[in-house]
This record gives sequence, C-alpha cells and structure tokens, in this order.
Amino acid sequence: MSAPENMRKIVIEPVTRVEGHGKVTILLDDEKQVQQARLHIVEFRGFERFIQGRPYWEIPVLVQRLCGICPVSHHLAAAKAMDIVAGVDELTPTAEKMRRLMHYGQMFQSHALHFFHLCSPDLLFGFDADVAIRNVVGVARKFPELAVQGVMMRKYGQEIIKATAGKKIHGTGAIPGGINKNLSIEERDEFLKDIEQMLEWSRASVKVAKDYTVENLETVADFGSFDSNHLSLVREDGAMDLYHGNLRAIDAQGNKIFDQVDYQNYLDYVAEEVKPWSYMKFPFIKSIGPEDGWYRVGPLPRVNLCDFIDTPEAEKERQEFMAVTEGKPNNITMAYHWTRMIELLHSAEKIKELLNDPDLQGEDLIVKGERRPEGVGLIEAPRGTLFHHYKVDENDQVTMCNLIVSTTNNNTPMNLAVEGVARKYLSGATEITEGLLNRVEVAIRAYDPCLSCATHAMGQMPLVIELIDSDGRLLDKKAKGMSLND
Amino acid sequence: MMSDRITFTIDGVEVQADPGQTILQAADAAGVYIPRLCAHKELNPFGACRICTVMVNGRPQAACTTPAANGMIIENETEELTDNRRSIVEMLFVEGNHYCMYCEKSGNCELQAMAYRLSIMVPRHPYQFPDKDIDGSHPDIMIDRNRCILCARCVRASRDLDDKNVFQFVGRGKEKKVWINSEAKLSDTDMDVTDKATDICPVGAIIKKRTGYEIPIGQRAYDHKPIGSDIEEAKATAESN
Repeated sequence: MSAPENMRKIVIEPVTRVEGHGKVTILLDDEKQVQQARLHIVEFRGFERFIQGRPYWEIPVLVQRLCGICPVSHHLAAAKAMDIVAGVDELTPTAEKMRRLMHYGQMFQSHALHFFHLCSPDLLFGFDADVAIRNVVGVARKFPELAVQGVMMRKYGQEIIKATAGKKIHGTGAIPGGINKNLSIEERDEFLKDIEQMLEWSRASVKVAKDYTVENLETVADFGSFDSNHLSLVREDGAMDLYHGNLRAIDAQGNKIFDQVDYQNYLDYVAEEVKPWSYMKFPFIKSIGPEDGWYRVGPLPRVNLCDFIDTPEAEKERQEFMAVTEGKPNNITMAYHWTRMIELLHSAEKIKELLNDPDLQGEDLIVKGERRPEGVGLIEAPRGTLFHHYKVDENDQVTMCNLIVSTTNNNTPMNLAVEGVARKYLSGATEITEGLLNRVEVAIRAYDPCLSCATHAMGQMPLVIELIDSDGRLLDKKAKGMSLND
Repeated sequence: MMSDRITFTIDGVEVQADPGQTILQAADAAGVYIPRLCAHKELNPFGACRICTVMVNGRPQAACTTPAANGMIIENETEELTDNRRSIVEMLFVEGNHYCMYCEKSGNCELQAMAYRLSIMVPRHPYQFPDKDIDGSHPDIMIDRNRCILCARCVRASRDLDDKNVFQFVGRGKEKKVWINSEAKLSDTDMDVTDKATDICPVGAIIKKRTGYEIPIGQRAYDHKPIGSDIEEAKATAESN
C-alpha cells in the first residue's frame, strides 16, 4: 500500500444538491484501489458561542437562523428547551397543537423539497443520465405533473408555517411556555380546501419511492449500505412522534440499546467525538463507545424504530416497508427515500387531523412557570433527531449552548456511505466519469444532509474533480457549472 | 383669539400653531409628519437625534426644539433632507449592533420603521461592530446597549415622568452611553417594570423581560403601515369628516 502522500487524491468540491458546503476527498493507491474516502464539512458557524449572553426567550428566534430550509426545527427545538428553562412542563393544548401543526407543515414541505427538487433527477433519470437532463428542469420537462406537485406541496407546507409562525421562513410563533397565536377559522378553512389533494399527491409520492426501491432492490441494496444502530424519539406507547417523545436506540438487528430515555438526560447516553479533519463532530452512543457506537437518524431510523405509526395510511405503508426486511430494521441507505415519503404521507394525515381539531382556535396560548437553570429540547427534524441544550444564568442570559444537529448525527454514516460507494465504483477506474462522481453524491443525498442554500442548483453548481498521480501530475480533471479556468 | 394663532408653511402647505408650540408639535397637529426618533409626545423637546431637522427660511433647524413663528417657510420633504435623514439613521445602525432579524422589537421598533420609511436598503457607512454590554440584573427589565441610539428618552422619562432619575449619559463621542445612577447594575436602582422609562425606548435597548415575540407577526405596530401614518391619517380622517 502506498504512503498517503503518494496516493492519488480526488476531490469533489462542493458536493451539490445538498444544503451548505461540503467536499469529498478520495485517496487511491498505486493499484487504483480506494484507500480512503471522506465527506468533509468545511463550513463553521459558531452559533453555540455567539448566542452566549443573549436572553433565553430570544433564542428560538435567533438560533433558527442556522438554516433557511428547516428553521422551524431549530425554532421548535430551542422553544422546547426554553419551555423547560421557563419552568413549563406542559403547554396548553392550543399551544402544543399549533406547534405540532407548524412542525408537520415543515416536515411536509422539507420532504417534498428533497424528494422532488433535489433527488428526483437521480431516481427518475438514473445516476448516469446526461447532466443536461438530470436536474430539476429536466424533471419539469419530462414529468411536468410530478414537478408541479412538488412545487404545490412545498407551497402548502410553507403556507402552514406562515399561518403558525407568522412568516414562511424565520417566524416567531413559538415562545417559551407556548405560542403567540392560534389558527383562525378562515386560515383553517383555506388549508382544508386543499388537504385531500395533498393526501392524494402524498400517496402517489410514496408509490414513486416504493416502486423505485423495489424495482431496483438489487442495485440499491448494497449501494452505500451497511449495518448500523438507529436512534430517534418515540412516543411513550412506541408510536412515531416527530414533535415529542423519549429516546430509543436499536442495533442493526433491532435489539434495543436503550428505550424511553428522558432526553433531559441525553448526555448520559450520547457523546460526541472530535476529529481533526472535519468541523463536524461525531456523535456516538456512550455505552458502546466511539468506534461502534455511531448511529443513523432521520426517516429510515424513525420508521425502523417505531412500533407503529398512528395514522392509518402511513401505518399501512410502514408495514409494507418493514415486510421487505421481514420486520427487522432496514439498513439500506437508499431506503431513506421510501421512508421519507411515508413520513410525508404521515405529515399530511397529521395536518388533516389537526386542522379538524377545535383546540387550534383556543385562546389559552402561554403558560408561565418557575425559572430553571437548564433545559434540553429535542425534536425529530426532517433530517433526524435535533438536540438543543442550554444553560441560563440568574440574569436570564444564556451561558452555555450545545447543539447536535440532525446531519451531525449522520456524520459517520454518510462517511461510510461515501466510502462504500467509492470502493465499489471507483476502485480500479482509470477515468473519472460524471456518473461515477454523481454516485458518491447520490449516497450523500440519500441522507438529505443539511449542509441548502446551495441546493437549488439545477445541475449547475460548480464542481471540480482532479485525478492527480503520486508525483502530483494532473491525470484528469472534470468540472461542471464553471469554466476550468476559474 | 384668532390673532394668537401663528401661521407658517411646510412644503408650501399652510399650517397653524398655537404660541409656544414647536414646529414638530404644530406639524403633528396639522397631520404633517416630520420624521423623528428622540422626540416623544410625553417628553420635553431634547434635540438629540437631529432626524427632524428641517429647513427654516433656508437654514437647518431641529423641528422638535424650534418654536413655530409667523411667516416661517419650512421645507420638510426635500431630496437633501431625506438623504441627510437616511445618513443619520444609517450611522445609528452602524454604530450599534442592530440585528433586526431576531430582535424582539422588530416590527415595533421605531429605528427599523424609520429605515423602512426612508427606503434604506443598506448603510453607506461601514459597520463598526462595537463591543457593548447587556445588563440583565433587574428581575423584570433588561438593558441591551447594543441597540441603544442615545435618544435619551429613558433619561428624560425616568427623571421627568417617573421622578426617579435612574439613567444618565456618561462618556463622550463614540464612548458615550446611557448609564445608571448606581454602582453598577440596574438591579441596584429603584427602577420598576411599571415605570414610564421601561416602555418609552424606541428600540430594543430597554425591554421587559419574558415578553418578547408575544405579538405575532402581522399584528405589530409597523407591520402594515409606515411610521408616521398615525399622524398623517389623523389629518386625513379629520378632513373627510
């Protein structure tokens, strides 16, 4: 095996159709075998530090600026932590249900965005399809109905966020101890008009993802797949609950590692490891250790972990999904897409259920309590379990903040997926093809990582790959979306 | 008596004033809005912010401190004055740390509303990012000096309306700041959450604790109408009646 400095290095930078900035490096030895493949997150935000000193009630509005795609998740996770800090253990029914509606609206729009805008070009046209058509515009040309559905579903979710948070992006709805508005009859009726259409489109979306996975099972089964632990919140009765619950973790065979853990004590169960080559930390289950304790989060683990889904149509789809692996956890990376669409359907069912609940028109919005020094808030964000932990001093100012965002939880899994795909498809290759590069990105996109400002790329994001030999000579270079002279 | 009335013009429109009224007060009564930040109906004129500067017979004067006089020819909405006002507001933005996107005063903030009314897109001056402190010691009130624009409303309200004298200016130039008449902290003063000084801040520098964001977006003071519309609308309503 060559020494690392003599290996060929391939860099994919930036990774496209994902949120934020990341790059992939792949090292090849003299026999053109992949020796190492890594996903690097190259951005650094610093929120944990610069919110120190700010008043605690400001945090749900401030910290959501982390993201423009799923700010609601941060808004609600922080609000849940600050409920605890404000001494409030139980919200009024109106407040809790308004927050849930906001969250399901978010889940609905985010899942629709990912499936229709970001990953559908790969699934509909194939990984090797011409880049000129393998993009969202290509989807709109060839599958116009599907493209319109994607846009309209996103719009529906965004309008729900606006009705509950005041704005489609970066609203102010959730405040410590409750919510600042209810849902008017007029707002409710506006959403009820279209909910059946949303349900119908959601059913069709599940079918697209399901058919794709089943028809291509042979290909996707070992496409960046591996056994892993899974983690998510579940309700006390074991049901899927995307807004609130207790922590459950299982291993690849479905054995419980822990269950019904009060997330206020998450530090007893989860720790984070720092590695020198990434700004993103590597979380792991403490009782197993950093080597094997890493886990996956998001739609796949949530569907794997829960005992049932409490909405009938999504539950039926869950059962069908679990039947593929005979009830055992599904460890196929590309199965994320199918489970994401099951959650899309579940969210639509939940939205309908909530819209018909008269509690949403209640007037009792805020509960006050006795101040506490510390609070943890967890939520199942579209991309997985999101941890917010704060300490607040006697002057009401934040002194400590720890955030474990969904994508951070999936750090090791994404790296393994990248490495698996690189080894399978790149080892021995003399020429880099665009389709090959795209395979690495397809594996990353399955996780819908929140790295998203850059996602609306329509296949035109700048990306450069260089194949350099052990003497540093440039053997091959491919670029898209930019001039090679840039 | 009719003869006591003072008559003058603002941008060519005849305005009447009572003796002793400032240009700003007379303009308000006449439904003519002159932009201002430090002036407040319950407080004596102070002349801190200079945003209300108008041309009086060709010379710049602060409308909030200048008494109205017969025959004055006042210019208010000229290109030059508007640009000066923009510049002042822009300086206030860059000399503090004003993060409207998450500030709880957003939508109710007079500085933000003024920037919108004056169509400010981005400050022409570089941001200073000054190091400012926060005083959270009081159980019900928080001072965030990052957002203070030195309008002295709190100084005047505490002294003249609350009869307490909690606030004072200290320092000069860019070091100037609102301080409190105690050893170090707001909690050492007799300030109370029901004081006028608590409510009178035009920005988010003095805030009531644990009340942020309780007014939903869409129901805040300046969500639908620009600052000053209340003055302009009062006149329009009076005319239609």
